Amino acid sequence: MPRLKLTVLQIGVGLIFLLLWHVLTVYPISGTAKQVQFFFSTPLDVLKRCWTLFASGEIWGHLWITLVETILAFLIGAGGGIIFGFLFARKELLAAVFDPYIKAANALPRVVLAPIFALWFGLGIWSKVALGFTLVFFIVFFNVYQGVREVSPVVLANARMLGMNERQLLRHVYWPSALTWVFSSLHTSVGFALVGAVVGEYLGSSAGLGYKIHEAESVFDVTGVFAGMLILSVFVILIDMLVTRIENRFLVWRPQTSLAART
Amino acid sequence: MDQATSLAAVALNDVAITFGSKVGGYTAVSGIDLLVRPGEFVAIVGPTGSGKSTILNAAAGLLKPSAGRVRIFGSDLSNLNLRAGYLFQQDALMPWKTALDNVAVALESKGVSRNDALQRARDWLVRVGLSAFVDRYPHMLSGGQRKRVALAQVLIRDPEILLMDEPFGPLDAQTRQIMGNLLLSLWAADRKAVMFVTHDLEEAIALADRVVLMSAGPAAGIIGDFPVDLPRPRDIAEVRMEPTFHRIHKEIWASLRVEVQKAYSQGEGT
Repeated sequence: MPRLKLTVLQIGVGLIFLLLWHVLTVYPISGTAKQVQFFFSTPLDVLKRCWTLFASGEIWGHLWITLVETILAFLIGAGGGIIFGFLFARKELLAAVFDPYIKAANALPRVVLAPIFALWFGLGIWSKVALGFTLVFFIVFFNVYQGVREVSPVVLANARMLGMNERQLLRHVYWPSALTWVFSSLHTSVGFALVGAVVGEYLGSSAGLGYKIHEAESVFDVTGVFAGMLILSVFVILIDMLVTRIENRFLVWRPQTSLAART
Repeated sequence: MDQATSLAAVALNDVAITFGSKVGGYTAVSGIDLLVRPGEFVAIVGPTGSGKSTILNAAAGLLKPSAGRVRIFGSDLSNLNLRAGYLFQQDALMPWKTALDNVAVALESKGVSRNDALQRARDWLVRVGLSAFVDRYPHMLSGGQRKRVALAQVLIRDPEILLMDEPFGPLDAQTRQIMGNLLLSLWAADRKAVMFVTHDLEEAIALADRVVLMSAGPAAGIIGDFPVDLPRPRDIAEVRMEPTFHRIHKEIWASLRVEVQKAYSQGEGT
């Protein structure tokens, strides 16, 4: 499908949704407009609120905090996941011994950890980074582990016959192979880093997008909640676009077909 | 150790290879005695499942024989055979490296500096006729072009032995002929010892100095050893017209046919 047509259709869906929302809240089917708007707000109010948040400069600080938490959670989580993924994939015994513990740790719902992290790391950014870390780490860990284990045996045998030692194999074969898996999970793991940050903020903090949404919720300010959610979504889309660009840059060697299918 | 064994590039003595447990395992080959002299081009032919690739992997050190000895230039092979270059049947190039990097990395692993390696890799890609494709990634190359890169990757290390496992198997007929001639012209320059596995008898005769025939598996063995007294240099396509070629082909095929039928009746043919 041509790009222009696709974009028009994509925007169209959004516009129809906003229009329906507007019509149903301004001309309600049952009850008064005031009542309905208390529960659902209206698209114009939400946009207006977003505008004031940005115009007054109030939101920038919160966005920055959330961004920093997301980036830190992602970098530390991905770094840890890569190191441990490699280690476990190369050392059979280690993987076998720790397998049940890793599964148990991964099965734990992260939300229950948030109060503990708040207790350990305080109400600042580090408790949110820790929460994001627990989400990102496992995604990257499992992907790197898989990527290293599933290196094509022929490519590996060939590299060994070309005289590569363990260090060279790591650099020329295992690492690039694992990297494709890391990138295939990058969209998910960046998203989870953000989820960790926002949930952490939501459960206890004094800054960030999650805090803003929580603040609005506690005074039944539905417009404020929707405005926060809208800003959050746009934020996620922007980060995702950045990830796609980085991905395309790093994985130039991949066949174009799979690249086209992804974007 | 007799003199022939100590001088041979590859010497297999009573080699057997069993997969799986010692008791219930599958014996692919047994009682293999094979000498490949330096500078000799030996083709190994046999029906599917006859363990041709298995003995090649034993010579490469990728498989450890369950019995018997593998000697390379007179010394026992205990690890990977790094005096040999191995051309795989499947695509074995690193898909994340360009043609140039794929070839250069084969030298870098030897300790050659990156700049030198790149320079020599470029020369080798010219020799295999890929000067216009140095910066392509493997998926941008055709099957034949990928084989050329793989050939350059193996030959740039200047191995003393070349091990080839149906290297041109997946290619179409014309490309196979071109690749065969390319291989012969490169080989003629410095005559390495070659073990060339194929199921294509015509290809084997056209390329080799000697054709070794394997029986159908399991526990396959060598059942024939035929010298190919065709003059060199040869052209893969033209040599097939020679009367000598037909005589040799007829002679080997008489034995090969029996084994192929055995393989089929065991349900191993495909």
